[in-house]
Amino acid sequence: MSEHADRLRVKKTYKLYVGGKFPRSESGRSYPVSSPDGAELANAALASRKDGRDAVAAARKAQRPWAGQTAYLRGQILYRAAEMLEGRAGQFAEELADATGAEAHEALGTVEAAIDRLVHYAGWTDKYTSVLGGANPVAGPYFNHTTPEPLGVIAIVAPQDDPLLGLIDAVAPAIATGNTVVVLASEAKPLPALSFGEVLATSDLPGGVVNLLSGKAAEVAPHLAAHADVNGLDLGGVADAGLAASLEAAAAETLKVVRRPGRTGTSLDLLRQWTEYKTVWHPAGMAATAGGGY
Amino acid sequence: MFEYAPAPESVRPQIKEHYGLFIDGEFTDAADGAVFKSVNPSTEEALFTVAEAGEADVQAAVAAARRAQESVWGPMSGAERGKYLFRIARLLQERAREFAVAESLDNGKPIKETRDFDVPTAAQHFFYHAGWADKLAYAGLGADPRPLGVIGQVIPWNFPLLMLSWKIAPALACGNTVVLKPAETTPLTALMFAELCQEAELPPGVVNILPGAGATGAALVDSAVDKVAFTGSTAVGRAIAKSIAGSKKKLTLELGGKAANIVFDDAPIDQAVEGIVNGIFFNQGHVCCAGSRLLVQESVADDVLERLKARVETLRVGDPLDKNTDIGAINSAEQLSRIQALAATGGDEGAEVWQPACELPERGFWFRPTVFTGVQQSMRIAKEEIFGPVLSVLTFRTPDEAIAKANNTPYGLSAGVWTEKGSKILWAAERLRAGVVWANTFNQFDAASPFGGLKESGYGREGGRQGLEAYLDV
Repeated sequence: MSEHADRLRVKKTYKLYVGGKFPRSESGRSYPVSSPDGAELANAALASRKDGRDAVAAARKAQRPWAGQTAYLRGQILYRAAEMLEGRAGQFAEELADATGAEAHEALGTVEAAIDRLVHYAGWTDKYTSVLGGANPVAGPYFNHTTPEPLGVIAIVAPQDDPLLGLIDAVAPAIATGNTVVVLASEAKPLPALSFGEVLATSDLPGGVVNLLSGKAAEVAPHLAAHADVNGLDLGGVADAGLAASLEAAAAETLKVVRRPGRTGTSLDLLRQWTEYKTVWHPAGMAATAGGGY
Repeated sequence: MFEYAPAPESVRPQIKEHYGLFIDGEFTDAADGAVFKSVNPSTEEALFTVAEAGEADVQAAVAAARRAQESVWGPMSGAERGKYLFRIARLLQERAREFAVAESLDNGKPIKETRDFDVPTAAQHFFYHAGWADKLAYAGLGADPRPLGVIGQVIPWNFPLLMLSWKIAPALACGNTVVLKPAETTPLTALMFAELCQEAELPPGVVNILPGAGATGAALVDSAVDKVAFTGSTAVGRAIAKSIAGSKKKLTLELGGKAANIVFDDAPIDQAVEGIVNGIFFNQGHVCCAGSRLLVQESVADDVLERLKARVETLRVGDPLDKNTDIGAINSAEQLSRIQALAATGGDEGAEVWQPACELPERGFWFRPTVFTGVQQSMRIAKEEIFGPVLSVLTFRTPDEAIAKANNTPYGLSAGVWTEKGSKILWAAERLRAGVVWANTFNQFDAASPFGGLKESGYGREGGRQGLEAYLDV
């Protein structure tokens, strides 16, 4: 380092990532974020209900075009995110060590696992449809075909104690399958997630596909759970069983698909979680061209 | 036009005067002695009385199912489980006519439909899932997928035996045991199925049948089951989803719909008209995936409507047991008044009503096939599920407008597309937010084909390889 010892370091303002932009909370609020040993790290934006609604609107706007991209392109964009994260592995290891108190080499190992996880899902985008769907041999002269389709907009309460890898484990399968997401980052450890927004912003990921909020789950999650334009709710990061139950009950009002806390599974299970099957029928053969049973 | 002579079905099934609850392989009366009666909706005559399950009966049935799952059905090899299901499928085929007539009597639907659709498709469901029982490792859900345990199942009255088969066949194939509540107006074929389980020597407790109404269903949902599978209204589905929030119970829901049936200007019009008729008048319109919103392209709307009305004029409404009957009785007085009330709002809100000049029987619950034209998206008949033989006709100018209107509903169960252009079918099918899309056909069902909805039509699939996910711990 050739810097002068007395050079003032330029610190980063950690902001939200919504619709491809990095806004502060519309509420103007922020909250201090510390390391486990009590050292102040930064102030993070304290997202409000309105930020949640803005994020859902951005996610909804982005969903149809994102699902309409080719699976190959979605895979390349996820791979690009892995490339961008690899290039900044040192920075993320440092942020992760600060956030969790992990040793430097341990934190770097987690970042590397996160990079590899992105690569894993990048390779799934053009395969899960063949693996999960298929042609069905119905007992009649019909072509019948089933494909998994994205649910739409997924609200995710990200894991609290695994602020980068846990976040990517929740987000990657949801967006690999053409959903868009609104993510509430770890409440006490939001900084790696917010920096991950910068990785996504430089990965050709269209704005709005991933929206990252920092703040309190108890404040923002109820609004996301009740939001009529959200199709799925991931409660993986909700530690409080009472809050999880009330969020699930709120989600039931519009019959959202809910992933309860503590659920685990293979990557294919996670890809299935945020898809639903569409089955298309068409008559095959001249005998079947009549419209119906009458 | 030739008239048809009456052609009544001559087979009469042995219907008992009274049926009990089916718990642990035996018929028994309710602990509190409650009974109710089932009525023939085409005559309003009582058919039989049946025990009404209360909370104590639910506990007993769930306990029996738990014992059977842990001691017999779960440990049994898949191949042996499958053989029981094959046996059930065969018995259903053997007794098909008896079940078809019983279903028609208890439900009011035409014998033509129970004979050619309900019962054969129910048998197919058992035959199809029987074959899965020893092949679950190949279902793409892990090397050794485990059953969930005891399943509580609540089914509707529109396809009583078929919905029972959609629920019980996959649950049993996957190694679960079941407690099933048939609808209060249509318990007959479920109780005959219980007798058939005895005939098949199915181990006691594997299948338990608890007739009853909403309170019985709520007690079943609240009981110590591992999973709830429900088919019925969105309002009840929502209440169930709320009531199990925070528990470990799993849930699949197959709820209401307001399907769009889209007819483009390049459609095969005569086939489309058949499909429109099948889409909304099949089973008196008591179909969650009914094509209740006809979206027809403006340039062909007059032609389609003229041919549609001419076709509806030929539909025969009346005695469900007459083999020529197209449209039978409405299932209950309650459903009839709901249809009447919603249909009345159509006229009040400015839509134009049309009905054929058909005669209706004097007794029983009947509603003429009804077509509303000039319907706007804001009208109740365009938004709410009527669950009756009532079609709302809307028009569109561009394909984009058709898709936007089709998707403008909180439901997402099914949709229809009519066009001779293949690329337009695939374009539309990809954009329609629905679990099932019928292109140049409508209301097709098969055990090998997953069925289920999106959004407020619920979640989970029934049928096909994908349907197994609902009954395995994955």
